Amino acid sequence: MDTVVIHLLNALLYASVLFLIAGGLSLIYGVMRIVNLAHGNLYAFGAYVTAWVVGTQVARLQASGGEPSQWLLLALLPVGALAAAAVGALLEPTLLRPFYKRAEEYQLLVTFGLLMILDDVIRFLWGPYPLTASVLFENFGSVNIGESIYPTYNFLVIAVGGLAAVFLWAFIYRTRFGVVLRATSQDMRMASALGVNVNRVYVQAFTLGCLMAGLGGAIIVPSQSAVLGMGVDALILSFIVVVVGGLGSLEGALLGALIVGVVREAGIAWFPEIELAVLYLIAAVVLLIRPAGLFGRA
Amino acid sequence: MSVVTAAPMEHRSPLRSLGWAIPALVILVILPWVTDQYQTILLAYGLVMGIAALGFNLLLGYTGLLSFGHSAYFGVGAYTVALMVKYLGVTSMELFLAGAIVACVLVTAVFGVACVRYTRIFFGILTMALSQVLWSLAFKFFWVTGGTDGLRVPTPTLLGFVTGKGDKIAFLATAYYYYVLGVFILAVAVMWVIVNSPFGRALQAIRDNEVRAEFVGIQIRRYRWVAFMVSGVFTGLAGALWVPLNGLTTPDIMHWTFSGEIVFMTVLGGFRSFTGPIIGAIVFNYLKTYAVGYTVYWQGLLGLILVVLVLSLPTGIVGTADRLWARWRAK
Repeated sequence: MDTVVIHLLNALLYASVLFLIAGGLSLIYGVMRIVNLAHGNLYAFGAYVTAWVVGTQVARLQASGGEPSQWLLLALLPVGALAAAAVGALLEPTLLRPFYKRAEEYQLLVTFGLLMILDDVIRFLWGPYPLTASVLFENFGSVNIGESIYPTYNFLVIAVGGLAAVFLWAFIYRTRFGVVLRATSQDMRMASALGVNVNRVYVQAFTLGCLMAGLGGAIIVPSQSAVLGMGVDALILSFIVVVVGGLGSLEGALLGALIVGVVREAGIAWFPEIELAVLYLIAAVVLLIRPAGLFGRA
Repeated sequence: MSVVTAAPMEHRSPLRSLGWAIPALVILVILPWVTDQYQTILLAYGLVMGIAALGFNLLLGYTGLLSFGHSAYFGVGAYTVALMVKYLGVTSMELFLAGAIVACVLVTAVFGVACVRYTRIFFGILTMALSQVLWSLAFKFFWVTGGTDGLRVPTPTLLGFVTGKGDKIAFLATAYYYYVLGVFILAVAVMWVIVNSPFGRALQAIRDNEVRAEFVGIQIRRYRWVAFMVSGVFTGLAGALWVPLNGLTTPDIMHWTFSGEIVFMTVLGGFRSFTGPIIGAIVFNYLKTYAVGYTVYWQGLLGLILVVLVLSLPTGIVGTADRLWARWRAK
């Protein structure tokens, strides 16, 4: 029983982070029709910035003899998300905007180039070694589930993932900005003709997508650590999520993240050799049966 | 809107093309005598990648399908050779090539059935997902594939009598270089025939206007499927030629980022011409080798080149050269 609960919690943990990354990817595709191959790097960027900020704060406090307060550290978590959002706000108008009118392969290529560049920017800024923010993770301690123990921090990650989903839903379906966003996504020309500043919507959507990816990195970095290559791995997993759920659909990203989270956790427990292969096959099968994904519109 | 917009592929007359091909061939043949062994082996790598990009471009340039999963077929070629060495004790290069071709036909036939049902971004994602299946198998089934350690491949026997006993480097820089060159010439010739055959014209018709092509009576899916197989087999052949050169095959060559490199070199050369991918592959090979030697941030440097290239020279090296040549002649 305990193990089932723990497996389920782990599945939810994966799903929360995956939803944040894949939801951002899907949002950007839904509005701008661009598959951003560099999206995983923004997640990695969020993780690195948070780990770096937390690490320097802890070092500063310890140097002055104080103990780092975990609430202060917790308040530093969103810094990574904001940094990723800032990068996004900078990239969209400069690099992506010239490509909306050009063929798809150029968009894929330019984001592939961006992936290579951002990978090395992270290596340049923080070096080749992993960066951790584990103080935060350890400070929270653990809880007992039956006879096993489970880190309390993971509950926070799951809560943030759930809250993000709720906020995003409210944002898109209950606010004026959400209406404009959905209108632009459905028919960019019509929205433009009705007086929507499409360029501004694009910047906002891209920034929001990057914010979500950065938040995903920021909340997971205390329990794991920021390593090179985490971006590319996350990108591939979130590809599976959006393919299963439907590119451009947030509900789909949520469902896809849950499916991938459960399959991954089950895979690690019972079929570790083919865990990844099973995930990719699920994506391929969904594409074959429902090319637009479970929630997608073609 | 098709993936490839406007600008029909330029068709040179066969004679004019030979005028370019013969000097290029002469240079390729005499180069090992002029340069050192390192440069020759580097060029052999470039030629091998040229075959891979040539195959890839049958899909991108001629059929209008952007595959982000060609690393899979390169890897199938490479791993077929490595597994033939490991389990069957084969050393003949001709058997390696035959084995790689058979394996690639089987894999691309299955993958192709699934992939050719889609175009544009979904084709790209599906090819990528399927290639990642193979990558994860190569990565995880370490008792068969060696995992991240990969599989070692000794120097093969060429044409049944040329072996690499003794100086391996000298073997790679002379006998093996000419072997690669021979296969390269053959591959280019076969591809030239394919793209100029009725089949190749039909592919271009599909690329330019799918609906019209169907009205003319072209069975779109079947043509795409065959193109998919031919494309994968060329890339797999390159994988098989690459292994003895590298001496080792690892799951890296199956990862989708390697597919990205194949796309990169093709666009670098120019995917709207026949020679573009070949020139792009050779140039990319030098570019990558020197970037790796020059800085640890070689990946970022290459990314920067890619972004600038796509922004300013979307027709690639060959397209840009053609334009400059035309402008110069018009004066």
